[in-house]
Amino acid sequence: MTLDEAQGYVLLSTLALPLVTAGVLVLIPGTARLAIRWLSLIVGAVLLGLSVYIFVAYQAEGDIFQMRHRWAWVENVSFLEENGISLYLGVDGISSLMALLTGVVGFAAVLVSWKLDYRPKDFFILFWVLIAGVYGTFFSLDLFFFFFFYELAVVPLYLLIGVWGSTRKEYGAMKLTMMLVGGSVLMWIGIFAVVSEAGLGTFSLPDLWQAGEEGVLGTNFQYIFFPFFAVGCGVLAGLWPFHTWSPDGHMSAPTAVSMVHAGVLMKLGAFGIIRLGIQLMPEGAEFWMPALVVLGTIGAVYGAVGALTQRDFKLISGYSSVSHMGYVLLGLGTLSAIGLTGASLQMFSHGVMTALVFLLIGALYDQAHTRDLKDFSGIAKVMPLWVVAYVIAGLANVGLPGLSGFTAEFHIFVAAFQTYPVFGAFAILAAALAAGYMLRMFAIVFFGPLNPRWQDLRDMNPLEMMGALLLIASIVIMGVWWSLFTDRLAETVLNLPGVS
Amino acid sequence: MRDYTLFIPEYWAAGAAVLIIAADILWPNMRRQLLAYLTAGAAVVYGGIALFYIQSDPESFMGLIQVDDFTTFFRVLGAGIIAVTAILSANHMQHRAGVLGEYYGLLLVAGIGLTFMAGARELLTAYIALEVLSFSLYILVGYMRRDVFSAEASLKYVLLGGFASAILLYGISIIYGVSGSTFYDAIAVGLADRGGDADIATIIGLMLVIGGVGFKVSAAPFHMWAPDAYQGAPLPITAFLSTASKAAGFALILRLFTASFVDDAEFWRWAIAGVAVLTMAVGNLVALQQTDLKRLVAYSSIGQVGYMLVVIAALGYGGREVGEQASSALLLHMVGYVISTLALFTALTAYYDRTGKDSSIRGIRGMAETQPYLALIITAALFSFAGLPFFAGFATKLFMFQASAEPELLWVIGVAIVASFVSLYYYLMVIRQMYLFEPEGGVQRFRLPPLVWVIATVLLLGILFIGIYPAPVFEIADSAVQPLFEVGADISP
Repeated sequence: MTLDEAQGYVLLSTLALPLVTAGVLVLIPGTARLAIRWLSLIVGAVLLGLSVYIFVAYQAEGDIFQMRHRWAWVENVSFLEENGISLYLGVDGISSLMALLTGVVGFAAVLVSWKLDYRPKDFFILFWVLIAGVYGTFFSLDLFFFFFFYELAVVPLYLLIGVWGSTRKEYGAMKLTMMLVGGSVLMWIGIFAVVSEAGLGTFSLPDLWQAGEEGVLGTNFQYIFFPFFAVGCGVLAGLWPFHTWSPDGHMSAPTAVSMVHAGVLMKLGAFGIIRLGIQLMPEGAEFWMPALVVLGTIGAVYGAVGALTQRDFKLISGYSSVSHMGYVLLGLGTLSAIGLTGASLQMFSHGVMTALVFLLIGALYDQAHTRDLKDFSGIAKVMPLWVVAYVIAGLANVGLPGLSGFTAEFHIFVAAFQTYPVFGAFAILAAALAAGYMLRMFAIVFFGPLNPRWQDLRDMNPLEMMGALLLIASIVIMGVWWSLFTDRLAETVLNLPGVS
Repeated sequence: MRDYTLFIPEYWAAGAAVLIIAADILWPNMRRQLLAYLTAGAAVVYGGIALFYIQSDPESFMGLIQVDDFTTFFRVLGAGIIAVTAILSANHMQHRAGVLGEYYGLLLVAGIGLTFMAGARELLTAYIALEVLSFSLYILVGYMRRDVFSAEASLKYVLLGGFASAILLYGISIIYGVSGSTFYDAIAVGLADRGGDADIATIIGLMLVIGGVGFKVSAAPFHMWAPDAYQGAPLPITAFLSTASKAAGFALILRLFTASFVDDAEFWRWAIAGVAVLTMAVGNLVALQQTDLKRLVAYSSIGQVGYMLVVIAALGYGGREVGEQASSALLLHMVGYVISTLALFTALTAYYDRTGKDSSIRGIRGMAETQPYLALIITAALFSFAGLPFFAGFATKLFMFQASAEPELLWVIGVAIVASFVSLYYYLMVIRQMYLFEPEGGVQRFRLPPLVWVIATVLLLGILFIGIYPAPVFEIADSAVQPLFEVGADISP
């Protein structure tokens, strides 16, 4: 067994651990709350460790795909041939970064869920299934399992939001589920078309990528079916105009779910556009990318304007997510090495930053039971640490140098100006608007005279503090140590088909 | 050749049926649940004996009925369905009908009908087998005579079923007129040799046959009976209807169409594709508006039939090779569908037996509180129907559509994928009732009877097994369809 294959077991364990945990939780009685919480906490920490390992062990100088391992699943039956469907795991620079993001955000989300009181057992079962789906999608080098885990990550959201959510939770949950599954219907049609057009009798992605590059998937075919993947995954990535589930869904979702959802799940969509769009259909991507640039820019500006007008904390963050995912799509749309690097960095940056924001909103809402900006004033006096953390998140959001947002957006703007200068200008406008909505919120909520109603607010509890520190550390590290991230992305991004 | 040993499983089943009916007459004071367990045991033995015929060379009884892996597959599937149905009936039917011997006896007889539908290689034999199944079901659907809905359901089913049988018989006679034979292989030869002026008659004959069997599997527009029959029938019989009668229908269609009609595909494939689309659309769209759970399941199962018909259309458009790939995927999907449906009905029966609620969707409110395990089973079954990962339907539906990929059918498969998206909405509406609301009507948390718990767990594991590791069942399904497509293996009378 080579090192590569041996490391494949690390990926398998990372994928299997949350599933096994969910299975174990099913067997633990719901009354053993402490056991449930401790188990989840430990698993979260172990997963964080595994994720860090995957990220660090990924060799910037080595093969594009590392830690590859294939386990046969179904083959040589009916239309499937050798290696028809296999659990084929592996990471490249992008997915190793995404694994790290999942570990960080997942652990922070477990930390804040400690205090969840209503049916914690069921919550954690669904939560771990969701996390397994996320890891699985990032690791899969097989189209069937990519789709399998992608769906697996989406489905638990309905119950997670519907049962544990707040504000109009049923509406938010149903809207989110139907829109996201609607997106995966498009993906399914695309998958169906790709597999039958390639006619290889296999779902193995490397084989299909080769088919896409060598023209087995014809030019016209790629033109027709690229949008199925781009829009299908784009729904989850908050692609304008299919983003409308995002503010509602985030508003309704419980804290941990908002964190994971905005922090990690939306990245699945952008990741899907890379894997199934750019890598599978290079010609289709080249043809359609200008459209993605336009929609991404509209999303960036629209989300920022939306955030400016909202009064609910979570709605502001929801719209801000749409805006930031617009940058990601813009970066992808440039189809340049810098742009794709920027998009990948932005996925990570937005992930940790938005998770931090939702963590903080949750900490406030649990005490205040309101999320209306206008209800608050001067809370810097009672929750100083909370405010500091929020300001860091906010400034990363705006793109202050030294924090992760700058690293990512810098790349995206450079790439945009090289390829589509006009849209680059609009994107910078969106960044300016971000400063507007963030500073507006700071001014209203944090400063000014303290409203006596909030006299008794307590600062973050230690667990929330731990989660916040973890996320802040990620933000700062990416802000100051660029090469740690860009080195790992460089080879991967340069070898994507059609990237200049 | 008259090889009477081919039907030892059926001798056993028929004998057991007679004995069970006799036992109820001879010992009327016997514990009534005992009959159910005897039936379940007899069904398990039936399936067990059938296993001895695995991978033997296909042999036929005078060319009428062939026993091969395909027949064995449906024998075992049918036996499983009967066993579960009988156990579900144990509590459910205890106080709902006066005499129960016939009820259980007819279940076994229906199983024989199912097997012979799968094994028949001659049209009249197939027809008689189909009537054996149908007549058993007419009686079973109306078994709760004092219940108005049950009586109505039975009457509707008998009248429409008789009409459909007549149509089928008319179709058979026209096919016979054109081809000069009722044996499947000879029909293929006869149809190939027909003169050009017989095309119209062939088409009419084919359409009538499609209409007749379409009724049995409740394909639109021949589905009208299904919602009423599902609603009125005793719950276990609803489960039996939506599994056994569909499995048998598709077994018959597969064998008949691959043996006799595949070379004349251009005459019927468009009709099957049309029926498939219509069935998917009607089933899933009408299900959206249902407020009664049984009717919802009825329409949802109509939608499922639409998906399965895509495979038959693929046989028509892609010929034998594609047909073979798609058929094995269909059999896999059928197993997943049957297990999911039985799991759903196991949970529903246990819940209604305990709470005495009616079958409106509101009736299951708050089940996650009162009986979380049953709520989990129902969720798993519905997610399997909708095709979500980890549950059987995800992989099987994907395989089935992928295997059916023919250029002319792409739009049909597109409709199928969209239809299964629509179905998720109404499944979620059911799941929502269980998880997002508090229980109504003072239902307390309750424990399950051990046997029900065991059955439910086995079925749940089945759903998960096919969802997580379908390879073994897929390979079994693949070898089961081989006899249908092997050239030269046909045994003429």
